[in-house]
Amino acid sequence: MSEYDLREYQGLEEVVGPIFIIRGIHSVGYNQLVEITDSEGRYRIGLTLEVGQGYAVVQVLGGTAGLSLGNCRVRFRGRPLTIGVSEEMLGRVFNGLGEPLDNLPAPLAEEMADVNGLTINPTARDYPRNIIETGLSAIDVMNTLVRGQKLPIFSGSGLPHNTIAAQIARQARVRGESFCIVFAAMGVKYDTARFFLRGFEESGVLERVAVFLSLADSPSIERLMTPRVALTCAEFLAFRKNMHVLVIMTDMANYCEALRELSTIRGEIPARKGYPGYLYSDLASLYERAGMVKDLAGSITQLPILTMPNDDITHPIPDLTGFITEGQIVLERELSVRGIYPPIAGLPSLSRLMKDNIGKGLTREDHPALAAQLFSCYAHVKDIRALAAIVGEEELAPLDHLYLQFGESFERDFLCQGVDQRRSLEESLDLGWEILSLLPREELVRISEEMLGKYYRGKDER
Amino acid sequence: MAEVVGRVYRVSGPVVEVEEAWSLSMLEVVEVGNLHLVGEVVHLKTGHAFVQVYEDTTSLKPGDPVYSNHEPLSVELGPGLLGSIFDGVQRPLQLIREKQGMAIARGIHLPPLERTRRWEFAPVASAGQQAGPGAIIGEVQETGLVRHLIMVPPGLSGRLVWVAPPGDYTVEDKIAVLDTGQGQVPLRLFQRWPVRRSRPYQRKIEPNEPLLTGQRVIDTLFPLAKGGSVAVPGGFGTGKTVVQHQMARWSDADIVVFVGCGERGNEMTDVLLSFPSLVDPRQGRPLMERTILVANTSNMPVAAREASIYTGITLAEYYRDMGYHVALMADSTSRWAEALRELSGRLEEMPLEEGFPAYLPSRLAEFYERAGAVRNLNGRSGSISIIASVSPPGGDFSEPVTAHTKRFIRAFWALDRELANARHYPAISWTESYSEYLEDVQNWWHEKISPEWLSLRYAIMEILQKEQKLMQVVKLIGPDVLPPSQRLILETAELFKNAFLQQNAFEPVDAFTSPKKQLLMLKAIMRFHEKAEMAVKNGLAVSRIRQLPIYQKLLRMKTNYPEDALDRLEEFLKEFETAFQQEEF
Repeated sequence: MSEYDLREYQGLEEVVGPIFIIRGIHSVGYNQLVEITDSEGRYRIGLTLEVGQGYAVVQVLGGTAGLSLGNCRVRFRGRPLTIGVSEEMLGRVFNGLGEPLDNLPAPLAEEMADVNGLTINPTARDYPRNIIETGLSAIDVMNTLVRGQKLPIFSGSGLPHNTIAAQIARQARVRGESFCIVFAAMGVKYDTARFFLRGFEESGVLERVAVFLSLADSPSIERLMTPRVALTCAEFLAFRKNMHVLVIMTDMANYCEALRELSTIRGEIPARKGYPGYLYSDLASLYERAGMVKDLAGSITQLPILTMPNDDITHPIPDLTGFITEGQIVLERELSVRGIYPPIAGLPSLSRLMKDNIGKGLTREDHPALAAQLFSCYAHVKDIRALAAIVGEEELAPLDHLYLQFGESFERDFLCQGVDQRRSLEESLDLGWEILSLLPREELVRISEEMLGKYYRGKDER
Repeated sequence: MAEVVGRVYRVSGPVVEVEEAWSLSMLEVVEVGNLHLVGEVVHLKTGHAFVQVYEDTTSLKPGDPVYSNHEPLSVELGPGLLGSIFDGVQRPLQLIREKQGMAIARGIHLPPLERTRRWEFAPVASAGQQAGPGAIIGEVQETGLVRHLIMVPPGLSGRLVWVAPPGDYTVEDKIAVLDTGQGQVPLRLFQRWPVRRSRPYQRKIEPNEPLLTGQRVIDTLFPLAKGGSVAVPGGFGTGKTVVQHQMARWSDADIVVFVGCGERGNEMTDVLLSFPSLVDPRQGRPLMERTILVANTSNMPVAAREASIYTGITLAEYYRDMGYHVALMADSTSRWAEALRELSGRLEEMPLEEGFPAYLPSRLAEFYERAGAVRNLNGRSGSISIIASVSPPGGDFSEPVTAHTKRFIRAFWALDRELANARHYPAISWTESYSEYLEDVQNWWHEKISPEWLSLRYAIMEILQKEQKLMQVVKLIGPDVLPPSQRLILETAELFKNAFLQQNAFEPVDAFTSPKKQLLMLKAIMRFHEKAEMAVKNGLAVSRIRQLPIYQKLLRMKTNYPEDALDRLEEFLKEFETAFQQEEF
């Protein structure tokens, strides 16, 4: 035991929100673990946010309710927050700090790991290479997900982001291999957590899932730790146990709110909409924990879910996320209202890692050109719809009518599929050609003559 | 060994307050705590120094010692820079990986340039000669592409009393001795330079040569001169990084310094894995031989992100001093500005718009002013071009970083969300972008390629302008009401966008287009427009145009005529004489 473990302090100077200030202490380091016991013997942990000569500012992860100035005892542990990690964590349910919630004893730790993770040396990273077949045409053809990628779902309240995430978790395969799943819930309602748990249970994967729940009624400060704890578990499974891990984190908006709350209480200078200036760096410290490492077999693929406040994609949370992640799956309310599932918006969705991982020898030779052509034609459909809304559909040229027909088919036949329906990539690509063939051949300017000759099935061969 | 110059007083994230710091001066480098974490003094106040630390400060505590050698933050300049990847304060990431594995541990002190590697040195100066600052003493073939000139560091001059004979030397070996009149100074293969001071030169000269990028929308419509600066702003997903990578790959700079500032780790990995196998289109050598990477990804410490821009530009200046044309890509300057903001907030400075410090514009100005074409101290000329991406929040170009940046650059490649959504890449908007280098580079185009360049460029810009105005009408009432001549404008603009502006970075033939091919393509499209105008006047229905074989050929000329088949493209230009005659209307 080090000297810090023995020294215990009593009494606080100030408590505000999730933070307290303590004075008269000695030799306390920055970002270190603090243990607090209140007058009723309740134990909680915290971290030092700032340390100075004889004082420390501490954020209490369990919340400060019930703490009094006089009666609580504080210990500084002299080390950062670590959690015990092990393979046994799969199949278990924990709270946001990694303590068991399922009335079973804590799994025996194989290792203690710092929740802040490690900064991966860019030269040690391996570029993500294997595409993940999700069975959803809108993702597989248009926004291909790659193992080791971080691809968030930008959603809005009332949209079926949870259903989509659960479907991806169920169906995701790389060359037949499935994933183990780390699921982190931050500030969501019990119903949402229940939805996922039931889904895992029904598809029989529960023993391959580690669940970290910090529900809406837990102290908001706990949400700041939840994704870190979950990712620490994921890193252990991926980089020590060579597993392929899919991390689902919901809802990142709640995480950011908690960060804003803490920042405001500390009196920091806000950047946009009251969020702290370091929101970008903070989010990056989570998202950048996805990826692959050279010479190691495992990988971490992240699927964070965030609800955009007021469906506003320029809001700081989706905006900064989009700058860090490798693309985004955007859900569109208009599609959802029309009963189209999954309502994945055709144009703003993007997968940045797609370009290097599709095409000849990877998926199918026609894949890149097909996807580019679908995007460009669908963008044109949007223009024509805007025009039709003004001049009326009757006034449109015959070619424009074909485009409208294409747009309708794109949404109804291509995007739309069942909650349990898995389409193979091959099927999805063929489906793409089928609807593209509604358009005359000379409109398909993004596709080479050779490809058109091979795959185009339109009737008007001029 | 560094002496103890103070004690830690307070720790708040990356900012550490040091007490009893009377001996410290502004911008000197200190080592904090028992791990010797590297930091820089940024503020002094009544015996206390505020230090921004370039590494994670976890577990630092009040009372920890602070050490200093009383030197400013400097980089090492010498053979071995090319092909390397450094972090924001020039720590060699490849060596760190070899020593430490996948993670970057704290408190690592490794020299940026390998000390054991030997370089073949060939002297060009001899003992007895006078040598001023920048004078060339010898040469080292650093990579297959680049000859590295060993120069007298700025600030030194005198008579060479000894120059090493040809042979293999390490960077630390003495290769010459200079008698300055105040004493003899040994010169080595490497020198040091403080990153926050620009390296001196004789004078700036006019940039008059284009930095050719092989990207049609850039070279033809919005060219950049060697020695110019351009900003590339765009919201997320509009393709800033792809533009930057294309520039790093295809631009005809001699040296490329790529600063990944607060961006994704995988992007640096992409460059690291792909550049060694990509070949320079002019010399046929691997691109990595002319490239230096400075990587401070978004999850690396924020203070080092602030420094990474300065590290990058100092490396660029060093190669400029040898007489090379250097292109510096900074991706993204917004992350650098945010690092400034975060550090400023921790120092409790007064914030201005969106929390940015008041000195943001002056820092930006200082940075962009380090670009330029110059006459060096040794009489050679070289240049630094800056290609800086900007990541405006919400894609709003009126935000402080974009707005201030616009004051210090002369070309602007605005990335457009709608183009990106339609997967029109590069998504460089032809309405919002501009280049003030047109006049500077027109002589080059006119002498080397064709005297028609500028007039053709203005002609196509006029069509794009007209199209934009017409589209406002079309959006309200549809295209059918327009007279045929105006509908032809729409058709030509559409053709130009698809056949010329859009360029596929992942298609081998299309990824790079030489100036000559660009001009021929542009000429073909303008000739098509002229002929079609005549034909439409004579009664050709505009709706038939897209079905003409010539139209389809134009659409595919970017891939159908590779660089070694440009004579076929010239032949193709002659087809226009007859293309419309065969049509019956």
